[in-house]
Order: sequence, then structure tokens, then C-alpha cells
Amino acid sequence: MKMTGAQAIVRSLQEEGVEVVFGYPGGVVLPLFDALYEAEGIRVILTRHEQGATHAADAYARVTGKPGVVIVTSGPGAANTVTGIANAYMDSVPLVVITGQVATHVLGTDAFQETDITGITIPITKHNYLVDDARDIPEVMAEAFHIAGTGRPGPVLIDLPVDISRGEVAFSYPERVNLPGYKPTVKGHAKQIHQAASLIAKARKPLLYAGGGVLSSDGAKELKELAELMQLPVVATLMGKGAFPEDHHLFVGMPGMHGGKYTNYAITETDLLLGIGVRFDDRVTGKLATFATKAKIVHVDVDPAEIGKNRSVDVPIVGDAKSVLAAIVAELRKMGAEPKTDAWMRVIDDWRGRFPFHYHTSESAIMPQQVVERVRELTKGKPTVFTTEVGQNQMWACQYLRITEPRTWVSSGGLGTMGFGLPAAIGAQLGRPDHMVIDIAGDGSIQMNSQELATAAINKLPVKVIILNNGYLGMVRQWQELFYERRYSSSTLPQDCPDFVKLAEAYGCFGIRATTPAELDDALVAAFAHDGPAVVDVRVEREENVFPMVAPGGSIDEMLGGIPGGPVSEMLDEELLEEVWE
Amino acid sequence: MKHTLSVLVENKPGVLTRVASLFARRGFNIDSLAVGTTEDPTISRMTIVVSADETALEQITKQLYKLINVLKVQDLDPGDMIDRELVLYKVSALPERRHEIIEIANVFRAKIVDVGRASLTIEATGTGDKLAAMEDLLRAYGIKELARTGKIALARGSRDA
Ligand SMILES: Cc1ncc(C[n+]2csc(CCOP(=O)(O)OP(=O)(O)O)c2C)c(N)n1
Ligand SMILES: [Mg+2]
Repeated sequence: MKMTGAQAIVRSLQEEGVEVVFGYPGGVVLPLFDALYEAEGIRVILTRHEQGATHAADAYARVTGKPGVVIVTSGPGAANTVTGIANAYMDSVPLVVITGQVATHVLGTDAFQETDITGITIPITKHNYLVDDARDIPEVMAEAFHIAGTGRPGPVLIDLPVDISRGEVAFSYPERVNLPGYKPTVKGHAKQIHQAASLIAKARKPLLYAGGGVLSSDGAKELKELAELMQLPVVATLMGKGAFPEDHHLFVGMPGMHGGKYTNYAITETDLLLGIGVRFDDRVTGKLATFATKAKIVHVDVDPAEIGKNRSVDVPIVGDAKSVLAAIVAELRKMGAEPKTDAWMRVIDDWRGRFPFHYHTSESAIMPQQVVERVRELTKGKPTVFTTEVGQNQMWACQYLRITEPRTWVSSGGLGTMGFGLPAAIGAQLGRPDHMVIDIAGDGSIQMNSQELATAAINKLPVKVIILNNGYLGMVRQWQELFYERRYSSSTLPQDCPDFVKLAEAYGCFGIRATTPAELDDALVAAFAHDGPAVVDVRVEREENVFPMVAPGGSIDEMLGGIPGGPVSEMLDEELLEEVWE
Repeated sequence: MKHTLSVLVENKPGVLTRVASLFARRGFNIDSLAVGTTEDPTISRMTIVVSADETALEQITKQLYKLINVLKVQDLDPGDMIDRELVLYKVSALPERRHEIIEIANVFRAKIVDVGRASLTIEATGTGDKLAAMEDLLRAYGIKELARTGKIALARGSRDA
């Protein structure tokens, strides 16, 4: 069938089952927006900024498992997606970003709104294309979706010169793609799987360390099966939250810089660390030389380059987390392996009892942790997706929420992008219309994309933004307090500028403020009950810190703040340990 | 430790940029890089010389494989490869010293490819060692300009199936 390049893009989106596109028009992408006008089955969400569109598509992908799609114009439009693409790249989120480009005959001449976006995005995309022949469109689109969504997922960018989108295509969508240089390994190697299973069967103090790879492979069920079969305790990284139910007795928290003391003790003491879809990120490992030094390491990842990158490994397994977990479970069943972690769990439970997260409440001031706890209690049992901004708010969300379902936690991990949470909430709401979507926000971060309140209001997306308004770039202030002699250089924000309630109202959202503990629940309940988007401006204790904390570059079992407890060597209950070693 | 990587890539626009940018951003140093099409015009071979220890080399290889356009990466065994580089030297050569320079070129089986009033241009091919030795001798006369192709290499025939 003959059609224009732009129509071929739209047809390809339909072939890929795309239901939502996030975008922002401009000169050279007008043919494409024209083809989208009344395109069957595709809803176009006009955000208020291309960064917002990209984060929204990112979150949409995280909650649905389908690639998020972004369409923007050339030059400034394309450049505005860069932060969003980098964010998706760091967190391995499948995106297909289509950017308009100036016509091929003026490419390279610094034409109006020309930016070399394929050049700019080489380091932050899994792959990118500059289409120079309209006839290539179906193939390029099929490849882009295939590359974005398979193996280790990631963003793919397609740069589409305006004359190409006006060109002619005889459309036929390829059944399969042919990429000789791209063949991700899904199934783990049988010998390695056997080795991992044998180590698990023997280990006295094993620990599963689960990350985003478990979620992106949809392997939460298999992870739970393995954990329960062998009674293995599980820690989940910030990216892995939701991969294992956080109310499960085998769940041992989030490791790393602001993780639980008990979690970091468990990592330091384990004799077998099973990293599944993780990348031994520095925010998790702290000082590498002292990270999990007593453990044999099994590392499962679909990206071979992650294995051995930061930490040498005893059993490397290249493969998709879901499939490898299932194979390990099958192998353990075949071996008739029995759980041996009873004593080890008692050691961990002892730490968990002694070193919980804690904070002091006050009669007059609302504590930020308390806000997160109240949000948790008020949403208990109700299908909820949480997004976060970045900073203290994000870390308290990690510490105090209980994520129990896969793909219901959306947070900027690798890039730590302030301004992610609100557009992410919008994308998540579109992907999960039946869920309540809550953005745990900071007063600084929210201002980086607050224009998206318009997108929420206009599209009737009832997202709830809970601002932990401390009048500071709180995490920056915390570091300045701890490491820069309280010199609060450029980290103070007036708590009342802007007036977030008025800002919400200006966009047609519901706005409410809580300034005392007595007002907190009412404000939250009112926002949750409102049938549209809502903003809660919670004036919290201004100088509260996130504890415990691993000092930058420090060992993870030596944490500042929190309930006093030294390195793990001093924290072992002798009697319990004897049992573990018996 | 120096490694000679032979990297087969799809012959498409931008592939060289992708490879070069990967080396730069991951902090791997390229000593030399030479590219050209192979017997199959849709495929190019990049011969890349890098200094890297075993761990870094493993990362480089794995990261290269992540590029969609990279088909094959081989770390050539120095004892089992043929490697060559071509160099052009423009050497200061007043008429009275031409003879000596031509003599040096002959010893190294190099060719005189241009003669100027005060210079000679020599074309030399060979392995790194040979070219270094020759360059050392020529330096005494004054090398005015120098251009080199970068090393190209293939595994020896015994490696073939
Ligand atoms: C785009 C961007 N710029 C700067 C930073 C550095 N940074 C990390 S946390 C933070 C403070 C965030 O302030 P706020 O949103 O109020 O959150 P709080 O820590 O106060 O909860 C800053 C500036 C960042 N992560 N992202
Ligand atoms: Mg703040």
C-alpha cells in the first residue's frame, strides 16, 4: 500500500500495538502530527515540555512493560528529550523516540532548528537511526521496537528528516527483523545454572540481591519461587523495588547508601550473594574493596558487559533473569535441595529488630518520614503506583513505603533526575488507569516540571503529588551539613514560593496544605478522595536528615546516623552465629 | 599491554563515530585505528590497537559487542597474526646526503616515491618494530613530515577452518 513516510510511521506504531504517544509538535514534525490526527487506536498526549513527554513515556513503559513512544520536533524539541533519554538509558527502560529533522538536502548546514541529535544521543541510546530513505521506515521502526524491548531494554531514537516523512513508501511491515549484530542471550548456560544451584544448596548464609532486571524480564514470580523454595532472604535495589513483596518475611530491605543497616549487614555477612538483574552500582556497593567480601558471587544479567564490570564474579550467568531463575528453581528441585537458612534468618531478624528505620515525631512539626508512612497506611490494600522525585523525598519513599507488586514503583535510579516524578506519574496513570498514582515529591524537584500539572488537569489524570516541602534542596543541604560545615550554599528555597496550593489551582488541580501533624491525614484523605489531580503541600520539619547513611566511598556496614551499631563484625550475636556455623 | 583488535562492523554511516565515541567515553585509549571495507562490501574491518589490561580488554570487547553494528571482535594473537603499517616520510635531503638516505631506504626495503630539491619522500611498509628502527635512523637527517595509516592485521592462515 502506498503512503507517505509520516503515514508509514503511524502505521508502524499501529502494527506495534502502540496506544499512547507522548509528544510536542513543531515545524519539521508537522507531517507526522498530521498523520497522527485521527489515527485509529493512538492517543496523543501533548505534554507541556519535551522532557515531560520523555519521562511520561518512560514511566508508561515501566508500568506496562511496553516501549514508551515519544514524538517531538527537531532542534530544541529533540534537545529537550536528552535528559529523559539519558534517564531511560541508565534505568534500562524501553523507549522509541522519534525526532523531526531538517530536510536531507540542508542537513549539515546549520539550518534553522537543526541539531545533530543522533550524534548527541549516541552515548545515551541503545541505538539510533537517521532515516535517509522513506522506504526504510517500516524496517527501521520494526528494528527500533525490537532493540528497545529485548535483551537489556533501552531507548532507541529515530531521526526523521521532514522530506523523508513526506516521501513515498509502499508499506509492508516486516514479520521479523534481521540484525546480525544483535542477538541477546536469553537462556542461561546449563553448566553455570547447575553451579549456581549447587552453591545455593550448600550455602548457610545465602542472599538474593535483586534489581531492575527481575522486573524488566517479568521475573518476580520466579524470584519468589526461588526465595520460598530455599527460604532465601531477598534484598532489592531501588530499581528492583516491587520485584519481591516488601511485606514478605524473607524481604530484607534495600541495600546501599540509604538502605537498612540490617540490609547492609546481611550483604556484608553473606557467604553467597546472588545478584539477579543488578549492576553492582556504587550507590549499592559503597567501597568495592569491602563489599560482600565473605561471599561467593553469582551474577545473572542479560547484559554480558555488566558481569565482572565492577566486581569479579565466581559464577557468571548471561541470560534473562526470569528464564535463569526458573532454570535454577528447576535444577534445585531436581537436586532435591532443602532450605538451610533457618539460623541465618534468625540472625537477620535479630538485626532487623534492633536496627529498624526510625525517626522522632513531634507535636508541632510534621516529619517527612511520617508523611510517607501515612501515605502508605492510607493506601494499604488499594492498587497504587508510586513515583518519586529525587533527593531526600525519594530516599524516604524507599525506606517507608512497602511496594508489593511488580511495576508499581517508578523512580529515577541511575540518573537521579529531579523533575522526573510528576511527568512519570502522568505516564503511569495512562498505563494504569485503575490505579491511584502518587508522586512523592520534593519542593525543589517538583518545580523542574511543574508545568505538567496542566497535562494532568487537561487529560483528567488524577495523579496525586505529595510535596515534602522542607524549603531546601534537602539532600544537598544534608551533605552540606555533614560534609561542608553547614555552609548551605545555594540550597535554600523559600517554603512559600511558589504557593503550591495556588499553583495547583491555577492549573485547575486540587490544592491543599498541611502544616501541623493534626492536619496531615485530612489533607491526604481529601487529595486522595478528589476525583482529579491534586497537590498536597506538606510543610515538613526543615532540617531532617535521611539516615542511616553510608558516607561516600565508605564501607556499607559502617553507617552514619540511625540506631547506633558498628560494623558488622561487632554486630553479630555470638550464640546465633554459632548455630549458623554449626 | 598492547592488543590488536580486529573488529568487523556493518558498513553503514556513523559506525566509526559509534566505535570511537565508545572508546572515548569509557576511558579506553586508542593507539591506532584503521578502517576499510572487507571482501564483502557491506562489512568493514576496523583494526584497533589499544593498551589495556585483561579486565579492561574484556570490558572493551563486551561493550563493542553491545553496539548493534558490530558483528565480531577478535583479539589477535601477536604470535599468530600478520600485521602491517604503511608510513610516508618526507626527509630533509640536500643533494650531498641523498645517497645515504636512499641506502637506508633500501636496507628497509622502502621506496623513494618523490624527490624534491631539498627532500625525499619514502614509502615504507612493515611491522611496528621495523618502522620504528627506520624512523630512528631517518630522524638524524630531519623528518619534515610524516603520515601513517595505522596498523592493519589479519590472523594467520592456520587459523582458518
Ligand atoms: C536535574 C538535577 N539537578 C540537580 C540534582 C542534584 N540534587 C540531588 S537531590 C537535590 C535536592 C532535591 O531537592 P528537593 O526536590 O526539594 O528534595 P529534598 O531532598 O528536599 O527532599 C539536588 C539539587 C539532581 N539530582 N537533578
Ligand atoms: Mg526539598
